[in-house]
Amino acid sequence: MIRAHILVCTGTGCSSSGSMRTCDALLREFKKAGLEKEVEVIQTGCMGRCDLGPVALVHPDGTFYHSVTADHAAKIVEEHFVKGRRYEALLPKDPVTDSVINTMADFTFYNRQLRIVRDNCGVIDPEKIEEYIARDGYLAFGKVLTEMTPEQVIEEIKTSGLRGRGGAGFPTGKKWEIMRAAPETPKYVVCNADEGDPGAFMNRSVLEGDPHSVIEGMAIGGYAMGASRGFIYIRAEYGLAVKRLYIAIEQAYKYGVLGKNLFESGFDFDLELRIGAGAFVCGEETALMRSVEGRRGQPQPRPPFPAQRGLWGKPTNINNVETWATIRPIILKGAKWYSSIGTEKTKGTKVFCLAGKINNTGVAELPFGTTLRQMIFDVGGGIPNGKKFKAVQTGGPSGGVIPEQHLDATLEYESLQKLGSIMGSGGLVVMDEDSCMVDVARFFLEFCCDESCGKCPPCRVGTRQMLGILEKISHGEAELSDLDKLESLAVTIRDASLCGLGMTAPNPLLTTLRYFRDEYVEHIVHKRCRARVCRDLIDFTIKHENCTGCSLCARACPVGTIFRLSGQKKYYIVEEDCIHCGACIDACRFDSVLKTSDGNDHVAPPRPPALELAPGLKPRTLVTT
Amino acid sequence: MNLEELKKLKEKTQRQVSLREGGKKYRVVVSMGTSGIAAGAREVMTTMLDEIDKRGIDDVEVAVTGEIGLTDAEPVIRIEETNGEQTTYAKVKPEDARQIVAEHLEKGLKVEKLAVGKPKDKE
Repeated sequence: MIRAHILVCTGTGCSSSGSMRTCDALLREFKKAGLEKEVEVIQTGCMGRCDLGPVALVHPDGTFYHSVTADHAAKIVEEHFVKGRRYEALLPKDPVTDSVINTMADFTFYNRQLRIVRDNCGVIDPEKIEEYIARDGYLAFGKVLTEMTPEQVIEEIKTSGLRGRGGAGFPTGKKWEIMRAAPETPKYVVCNADEGDPGAFMNRSVLEGDPHSVIEGMAIGGYAMGASRGFIYIRAEYGLAVKRLYIAIEQAYKYGVLGKNLFESGFDFDLELRIGAGAFVCGEETALMRSVEGRRGQPQPRPPFPAQRGLWGKPTNINNVETWATIRPIILKGAKWYSSIGTEKTKGTKVFCLAGKINNTGVAELPFGTTLRQMIFDVGGGIPNGKKFKAVQTGGPSGGVIPEQHLDATLEYESLQKLGSIMGSGGLVVMDEDSCMVDVARFFLEFCCDESCGKCPPCRVGTRQMLGILEKISHGEAELSDLDKLESLAVTIRDASLCGLGMTAPNPLLTTLRYFRDEYVEHIVHKRCRARVCRDLIDFTIKHENCTGCSLCARACPVGTIFRLSGQKKYYIVEEDCIHCGACIDACRFDSVLKTSDGNDHVAPPRPPALELAPGLKPRTLVTT
Repeated sequence: MNLEELKKLKEKTQRQVSLREGGKKYRVVVSMGTSGIAAGAREVMTTMLDEIDKRGIDDVEVAVTGEIGLTDAEPVIRIEETNGEQTTYAKVKPEDARQIVAEHLEKGLKVEKLAVGKPKDKE
């Protein structure tokens, strides 16, 4: 009998920190200890705590280990499995209380979650359909085909209140109904797995951890809408997810849950993968369809909507990974159960990705209506290093930035929209006091500008112009009137762009202007960056009280602009030649390099005479900026 | 595949993952400290696992723990039930282990001659 399972996460995060090697090492050690017939090593999908990887979970006792590299395998086997005591060195600690966390259930990050979509993620081996079937897999599909009419399925989804998880939040049941009513045939269903937001990996975690749930959802949708062919559009960068989907589809055919005459009902359903090349715009549904057809991914005007004229001119339904994965639990547990979760307008749960300046980075699933504060300070464990929270950006690069005074806003489509942001795919990037809002806006705008497909001028030209002005501001060369220009450009781009990329690209700028206008003014008028991020507005000096004359800063300086006075030990930065890279701060072990942004009040120290090179350094040509 | 076949397949595969879902009626804890191992606890445990497997008993999980302080009575096995009841068996030999599985874990009957101490509810 197998008495224990050790579940090792082999999602992209953990496998890049070596979880595959951990699995091999564990197998080896179990064999050595003679436990190979008692303990089984299971490779699962993402458990959600990628920053602690490789992570492992032991059943039945629920012990959660972090940083389980191959080197620790022997110790874990000896302590936990032979002697029966937890291996404390690898137990995580609570970031707030600093106490040791024994089990997953004791971990605030996990016990605040409600897992519906990610129910199987990190629990089953995604490469074994048998484990999925053991957890009621394909039962919903079987039930739908044998007991329900397509209309009943659509009614069930409508009653559940499910809304599309791709970002816009359109009611899924209604979308399906429109599609079903479309007269033309054949029809197609598509899964949008082109997750492109920086800092968003919730779809990947579902595809890697539980690919069959998406396949089952699509098959049910195909039956409800009268489509016998489906496509999963996924980006090539998601190598592991692609591999697991291929395996899952193959197994589904083998077990007869995809193919012809499914569950002896006469319904056929075929599913294929389409691999995208990673263009951000291909997440937009019309561009996605063109890419599936093998053409260049560029958006088309709507109407006609995909439900009227989609793939190859035929009715097509496109839903997000998370939406498809939610279908199965709704059919199994009923619409009434599902609609009891969440808020009045938005039912169910959402998978969020926590990233940025936050203690618990990772994937977390919570009901709609959770406040930003609960999300960041409970689940996320707050801001690291005792820093102060400044803002959170929701919904990826085209989402808005929400400041501290709105932390009690709920995570819901409408409430985020009211604050000028969007739900988007559910990415949350947390920023602390060291983040400059002008720089944040510039960064995200740069992303959208790069990813603009170039089809419509508002997006192609407008984002470039906005970026230019933002760069001027961060260089300290802008005027106050530039802010008005920015605003009018932003509104024009938002209103005139062809697709969602352009329409939402100004969001980070508009919200930072709305909530942090004083920071923009400070950059423009006072030439100051309070977060000390914008390179051209900061100065570096060496505090001589702490300086030991070790010369590390001078050696680290890429432009050779740190010298010492002849006969003295103390070092000086020659300000005119400094490129503000910060290498000296990182090099200094005595906190002697000071980064300031005094703006107009800054007085450059006079260049001391008789400067000497650090010992062992060769004179370099000084580069000026 | 039809729905019946799927349900049958589910029953067959469920054992594979049920360990991860918890909620087992019996929890067998084998004391695996140095004295336990010296007295043959490992052999007792492997025999138990083998017997549980042979009899196809599902509602049980087996765990190991450290020294529990009954050094002269090793190997020691404690069986915990979901209702809170605990039974401790001492000086268990491999053949006793088979009997405990057959009686206690399969039929729910305690093996009184091997049990030590008093069960909580009878104090």
